Amino acid sequence: MTYTIKTAQNEWEIVCGLEIHCQIISKSKIFSGASTEFGDDANENVSFIDAGMPGMLPVLNKECVRQAVKTGLGLNAQINKYSVFSRKNYFYADQPNGYQITQYEYPIVGKGKVKIELSDGSSKEIGITRLHIEQDAAKSIHDLNPKKSYIDFNRAGVGLMEIVTEPDFRAPEEAGAFLKKLRSIVRYLGTCDGNMDEGSMRCDASISVRLKGEQGMRERAEIKNVNSVKFAMQAIENEAKRQIEIYEQGSTIEQQTRQFDQTTGQTKFLRLKEYADDYRYFPEPDLPPLYLTDDYIEDVKKEMVELPDAKKERFIKDFGLTAYDADILTESRQTADFFEKAAKGHDGKKVANWILGDLFANLNANKLTLEQSPITPEMIGELVDLIETNVISGKIAKDVFVYMWENPKMPSQIVEEKGLKQVTDTGAIETVIDSVLAANPDNIAAYKGGKTNLFGFFVGQVMKASKGAANPQIVNEILKKKLG
Amino acid sequence: MAIDNQTVKRVASLAHLKIEDDKLDATKEEFNKILNWVEQLNEVDTSNVEPMFCVNGGEVPEREDEVTDGNIKEAVLKNAPMQEFGYFAVPKVVE
Repeated sequence: MTYTIKTAQNEWEIVCGLEIHCQIISKSKIFSGASTEFGDDANENVSFIDAGMPGMLPVLNKECVRQAVKTGLGLNAQINKYSVFSRKNYFYADQPNGYQITQYEYPIVGKGKVKIELSDGSSKEIGITRLHIEQDAAKSIHDLNPKKSYIDFNRAGVGLMEIVTEPDFRAPEEAGAFLKKLRSIVRYLGTCDGNMDEGSMRCDASISVRLKGEQGMRERAEIKNVNSVKFAMQAIENEAKRQIEIYEQGSTIEQQTRQFDQTTGQTKFLRLKEYADDYRYFPEPDLPPLYLTDDYIEDVKKEMVELPDAKKERFIKDFGLTAYDADILTESRQTADFFEKAAKGHDGKKVANWILGDLFANLNANKLTLEQSPITPEMIGELVDLIETNVISGKIAKDVFVYMWENPKMPSQIVEEKGLKQVTDTGAIETVIDSVLAANPDNIAAYKGGKTNLFGFFVGQVMKASKGAANPQIVNEILKKKLG
Repeated sequence: MAIDNQTVKRVASLAHLKIEDDKLDATKEEFNKILNWVEQLNEVDTSNVEPMFCVNGGEVPEREDEVTDGNIKEAVLKNAPMQEFGYFAVPKVVE
């Protein structure tokens, strides 16, 4: 897609890359045996290692390594059989060691690529630069006391995957689509829960602008903590506009770190890059390099599940879904599984319509998740069959759906109990039609006189008289014959 | 490699060390002495040698993903200069 920002003088292009921190799903922390549980009392899940006590040594959690490799495979990326831990040195209250254990020159995962789909129907490949593993910092609480900050080390030492993209984004929408795709991939894989509002997936964006057609890149600003898909898109757009305004006033941009303000949607200055980011990385003396074997990587490959892109292709091919419907149905594994269960042995396209239409509408209206749905996949599948085999009409099916929602039972049982079976007996329908016609001689005359749109009125009267049970197709045929 | 007072100040600030101005020259000399000594290593040709990240060699030991630690809040907070409501309390840090 082409996206530019036009001003009176110029046409500008955005150049943006993302850095995403994903908390690894594991029971214990990456270098200690403390629990990763979120929401426990402050400092309960802290070992002496996490608290940075002298003499404590980190021991690597093998599950964190496996999760990182799995995610790397999900990003179609190179898995590095040799990687090295490094110390990133900085002082901050949330990091008691005075350094973070991370990976620098030799990350566990190298170059990869992720395909994104855009609203104009186009798709684009986003380059992954690397993925490395590291420890999370503690959580600071600034708003409980005007003079003090409080530190909770429960989060300190939880495993993180930092995923860095190439500066491939040219539009806010592309960044948004990527974040959604990445979230869906890690959720499918079960390597990160992807909850941006709980901070288990956090995003920073590097943004610069250049004139359309200009080569090379200008100075960039790094925007910290844009913690929702919507905020990321907003931050990119507003930061780009801010930079353009500065250039057009004849000034220049200095490389800097900025913070996104959720209330205004704008970014605000934090610090210049110049000296602040001198982290003096060096190889971590407490941890030898990490070696992976081909057998190990093959073994992880065997655990891979079908990812959203592959599932989407299969849904389009096997069930005849549109790309749009398949996209929504595969965004989460739960939705995809629900659909697949419902569609098994039934008309997949119609099943998709019921799920994306009536079911989602009801779930949204009642603020329920799919897991809490009173309606099961089997019920949807059977409902579609009942329409297909002319047992009930599409209109009655809507009523059955409402009954099902309030009082979950298989649709065939509801149809039986409520006597909703469609009347396909032409004789019975004819009787109803005759009585309707007998009651409306004026309208028959008008119809025959040319007011052909009255046909719909007759159909409506017949359906009403049959309490919706008559097969509409048969009603149409007989009526046409009778009205000549 | 000789470093100047400017670099001394910067390294000191990165390491959170306070060096008074009248100590700058002396510190610079110490820095340079250490660097000169380390620079002897440059006499060895390492152009065909892979960097070594760990003197012990071998692989990183790994542990199973099990919760075996934590729930020692009191001990963890014991040496904190300041603690409130179960948190470490520090002078306000706001970026």
